Formats: sequence, structure tokens, C-alpha cells
Amino acid sequence: MSSTAPPSDGLDHVDERLLRTTPLKKLLARPELGSVVGAIAVFVFFSIAADSFLRPASLGTVLYAASTIGIMAVPVALLMIGGEFDLSAGVLVTSSALVSSMFSYQMTANVWVGVGVSLLVTLAIGVFNGFMLTRTKLPSFIITLGTFLMLTGLNLGLTKLISGTVSTKTIADMEGFPSARKLFASQVTVGGVELKVTILWWLGLVALATWILLRTRFGNWIFAVGGGADAARAVGVPVYRTKIGLYLGVAFCAWISGQHLLFSFDVVQSGEGVGNELIYIIAAVIGGCLITGGYGSAIGSAVGALIFGMTSKGIVYAEWNPDWFKFFLGAMLLLATLLNAWIRKRVEATK
Amino acid sequence: MTRLRTGGVRAVIGAVLALALTGALAGCSSTGGKRAEDARKAAAAQGRAAVGTPRWTFAMVTHSGDGDTFWDIVQNGAKQAAVKDNINFLYAHSDEAQQQAQLIDSYVAKGVDGLIVTLAKPDAMKASVEKAVKAGIPVITVNSGAEQSKAFGALTHIGQDETVAGEAVGDELDRRGKKKALCVLHEQGNIGHEQRCAGAKKTFGGELVNLYVDGTNMPDVKASIEAKLQSDKAVDAVVTLGAPFADTAVQAAKSAGSKAEVDTFDLNAKVATSLQAGTLGFAVDQQPYLQGYEAVDLLWLYRYNADVLGGGKPVLTGPQIITKDQAGALKEYAERGTR
Repeated sequence: MSSTAPPSDGLDHVDERLLRTTPLKKLLARPELGSVVGAIAVFVFFSIAADSFLRPASLGTVLYAASTIGIMAVPVALLMIGGEFDLSAGVLVTSSALVSSMFSYQMTANVWVGVGVSLLVTLAIGVFNGFMLTRTKLPSFIITLGTFLMLTGLNLGLTKLISGTVSTKTIADMEGFPSARKLFASQVTVGGVELKVTILWWLGLVALATWILLRTRFGNWIFAVGGGADAARAVGVPVYRTKIGLYLGVAFCAWISGQHLLFSFDVVQSGEGVGNELIYIIAAVIGGCLITGGYGSAIGSAVGALIFGMTSKGIVYAEWNPDWFKFFLGAMLLLATLLNAWIRKRVEATK
Repeated sequence: MTRLRTGGVRAVIGAVLALALTGALAGCSSTGGKRAEDARKAAAAQGRAAVGTPRWTFAMVTHSGDGDTFWDIVQNGAKQAAVKDNINFLYAHSDEAQQQAQLIDSYVAKGVDGLIVTLAKPDAMKASVEKAVKAGIPVITVNSGAEQSKAFGALTHIGQDETVAGEAVGDELDRRGKKKALCVLHEQGNIGHEQRCAGAKKTFGGELVNLYVDGTNMPDVKASIEAKLQSDKAVDAVVTLGAPFADTAVQAAKSAGSKAEVDTFDLNAKVATSLQAGTLGFAVDQQPYLQGYEAVDLLWLYRYNADVLGGGKPVLTGPQIITKDQAGALKEYAERGTR
């Protein structure tokens, strides 16, 4: 960072950490600032390009699309700040949904029992990722790629073995389903707009993660571990525990997403979820997380998810030729990220 | 630290087991679940070979991706015919053209007695199929590739002409007095999908628009259809190209406040239930079970009696339009994975 350069202004040498900063400068130094500007740009763009984009019902849909990505982007962003990746996050969501559905069905158990078992199994996979990473010291890319492949195979193999088909059987007629649906897949009407409960989950997780990052000791550990694991260990940060904790966070959010998947669609296809891990990572990166770790924010990941939601649905609202869908999506993402990087550079230059 | 962590893991495993046990004992559901399924299945007949011909080996190579319900049903049909015909049935699949060709090559090298192949990517399969024919292995193509099948030297093609199926949908939409329809494609770049929508466009009197969605991400599918219906209130019919997407489209229409009727290609238990309940308009079935079953059975007939079906023309397994009236009878079969 530029602030570490020795002061050469000939004034009294005051420790740079004690320098007073204006609120504006503080705001400009936030990691998510670039993405916020990008999000505003995307919003204005689609407000002009698509006349149905600004309708309240449309905004509800955009928020829903953003929330399903955002719920996973939060822990993935924290993990990235901590310097690690999780490529298994996408299929872990599907695994989590499959476990609760199949356990409830096969045991003819109350649906809530399946939901509980699923939480434990999902967290166990998170622990497995973290444990393997800290034990073997292999890059997280390799470890979670292995988990990703194994889970993809397990999802298919076990579902076929247990259910006899590649999708789960419906559990909508089982006890506990209505109440579980209320928690994971209901909707509330606010001012005539239908808002999915995932939006609440999402906002809650962003708030929780922001509090953890900025106000708790664990938050400091995350930044320290991502900035330099050896230096962090030298000052007494429990590096291993922090990383396992971060993978537990990913697993917990995968569980929430998985339950949403199950209770809103009732039947789970075992081949789903592949490729979503990249979308979570993209959302975190657009939101200002550095791929190298040590820098980023939870709010940024939310803004990244929002940009993704606005772009993917805005293209539909604008009624553009769908053949170009992926191209527009890619171009929008690239532009947002470039804008993000450009603003960050300007901010650092004026410090 | 290490001991503490292992303790943690053990505690987690213990908790899982404990919860599983309490779940099985205390938290039972008195409705639905496996118990209800077992009750339904009184006595499933165990398959036994009905013929005394030698145990030939037939192999099937498809372009299916992992975990596809449709191909699961095709396999079920093939397996049951194999049991009846005393056949050793092998199955492999890959959605990558190159890998599918390699799988065919390896079965040819293995010297199987019959080969069943899909020609979703015909050009990539040409060399491999011709190699099999040259080696004296009878080949039957299924599902896709009706145009190329004969030229490549296959005995027969069994499947549904996707364009014809699409045309049937266009006609049915007309019959129902629809004005503007949405064709939801869940795999960008799939030729069969394009043909279905193009076929529907050809015969449909109203306007038909394509919508591409990400088939591996159900919430995204829902949000995309929802977005489209919100932005275009004139849409009065939504056609999905796969059974799992039909219910999602129904939900999307509901939350978008749209009155559009949802129709779908292909069938599963859920679609049958929804047809019965009236939340779906109609389904176009190509009877995947028949594609697997007939392919194995025809190979057996060829081996046993040199019979060939179709007279050089494809044998069509669809399209069959299914509405509320037939749904009740088909639900049971869909649930056991054969319709």
C-alpha cells in the first residue's frame, strides 16, 4: 500500500497510523466503493434500457436472483479475504439439499430431522475441507477441487443408489414441510412487492459477516491470515482454526442455500450446482475482494451479487437477443470490475 | 490442538448418528416418505430371461450429461429388455462429443455383439459408427440423428423427430387459442432444443420467443422466467423443454402474477401430478423408455432372426401429447421411473 512509503515532506514524523483522515477519505478507502459505483452504473443503464426494470415487481425478482448468489458470496468473500478458495461451494449446496430430502424420505422422518442431519453433514464437509487444507498444506484450489469432484460424484451416485432415479422423490406431503418452507422459501409482501425470504437471510448474513470482520477478534484474524499466514502465526493468530472456521462458514451458508433449493422446488436434481462456485467467486471479486487475500468486505460481496442479479435479469427485461446473453453478461462483469479497480487506484493515489 | 480437533470431528459424527437414530425413532412423519412408497409397491415382479438364446453383450453410448432423468428412463427400458432377452447390457455416456466417440471405439475394440448410439453430434460420431459397422457389429441409433443414421450404416433409428415434436406443440398451442408463447431452453447450443422451438414456431399461429436459462441453477431459471413474464404481459403460454423445469415455470408464473399456461416436453412423476391438478396444460412425451427398450429388443431380433424394423425410415416413439385425461394413468409409471 502507498501509505507505507516513508514521509518525505519534511514535517514532524508522525506515525502514519495516527494521521487524521477525513470521513470522505475514509469512505473512499472502503473496498466496496468501486463496486457500489459499478452497481449504480448498471442500475442506471438498465433503468434506461429496459422500461419494465424499474417496476416494483421486477426489482423484487432482481433482488431474489441477487440473494441466491449473495447468500453464498458472503462466506466465499470472507474465505477469500482469508486467502483461500472453495471450488466445492456450488455442489455443496446441492449435496445439502439432497441429504435433507433423502434422509427425510428414506427414514420417513419429520422433514425437520432431515434438515438437522443435513446441517451436520454439510458442516462436516466444511470441516473436511479446512482440515485437509491445514493438514496437507496443499493449495486450497487442489483440495476443494478434489472435494468438488467427489461431491459431484457422490450426489449422483448416492441419489441413484438410494432413490433409484437421478432426482429425489417429492417430500412435499411429509410432516414438517410447510413450516420448513416458511423458514427457507416463503415470501413476504412489502408495499405490494413480493420479497423472498432469501433476501432477509442474505441481509442478515451480510450484517453478521460485517460485524465479525470489523468488530471481532476473529475478523482481525481473517485479515491477518489472508495478508500473510506466517506473519499472522508469528503474532499469535491461530491460523488453522481461523481457516477451518471460514470453511465452516461456507458450509453453513451452503446449508441455507440448499434448504432453500429443496423447499422452494420440492424435488432436487442431483446434477445441479456445478459452475455456481465460480459465480460466487465472481461476485466476491467484483465486490472488491482481492484474489490474493487480505483485502475485501462482506458488503462488497453483496454489491457484487446485486450487480450479477441486475445484469442477468436486466438482459431479460431489456428483451435483447438471447444469443448474446453470455456475451453481455461477461462484458458487464468486466466493465464493473474495471471501474472498481480504476476507482481504487484513484483513491490510493490521493491518500 | 490436534486432539481437540479430532474430538470435534468425533463429536460431529456422534451427533449425526445420534440425530439419525432419534430421527428414525421419534421424529417420524406419518405422511409420505419411503414407508408410503413401500406400501404402494406391493410386490414388484422380478425380471427373468424369457428366451434361451446365447448371452450376447450389447452396449449403449449416449450423449447424456451426468444425472439426467431422461436418460435414466432410457436406461431403465434398455435394462428391462436386456433381462428379458438374456442380454449382458453395458452403458456409458459423455456429453463431450470426443469422449462419446472414444467410448464407442472402446466398445468396438471390446467386440460387443450389438451397439446402440445417439447421434446428437453426428459428425463427431461418424468415424466411430462406421468403424463398428465395418467390424460387423450391428448398430442402432436412438433419440437423435434420424437424418444421418442410415448414411452411417445403422440398421434402424428409434426416436422422436424433434422438429415434428415441436410442430405438435405449435398445433396444440393453436388449438388452445394461445397468442404469444415462450420457449424456455435450458441448454444453450443444444441442436435438439433449437429444433423443438423452431418446430413449434413453424406451426404456431401466434408469436413464439426463445428464452435461454441456466439449467444447472434452478433459482436462476425461476428468476429468469419470472423476469421475462413481468416484462412481457402478452405471454400466455410458457413451454419448457424438460420435465424438471415445468414446475419451476409454474412457480415463476405465479410470482410474476402471470396467467400464462405452462406446458412442457417430457414427463416425470411431478409433471403427471401437476397435469392431473391442472397446473400444467399439456406435456409432449417421446417415451424414452421405449427408446431404450426397443433398441435392445431390435438388436436381439436382428441377432436371432435378422429382423429389421422401419424399412429404412426412423421408428418414431413420439410425440405423444399428454393432457389431464391421461395423466392419472401415467403417474404410477412415472413414479417407478419408466415413463
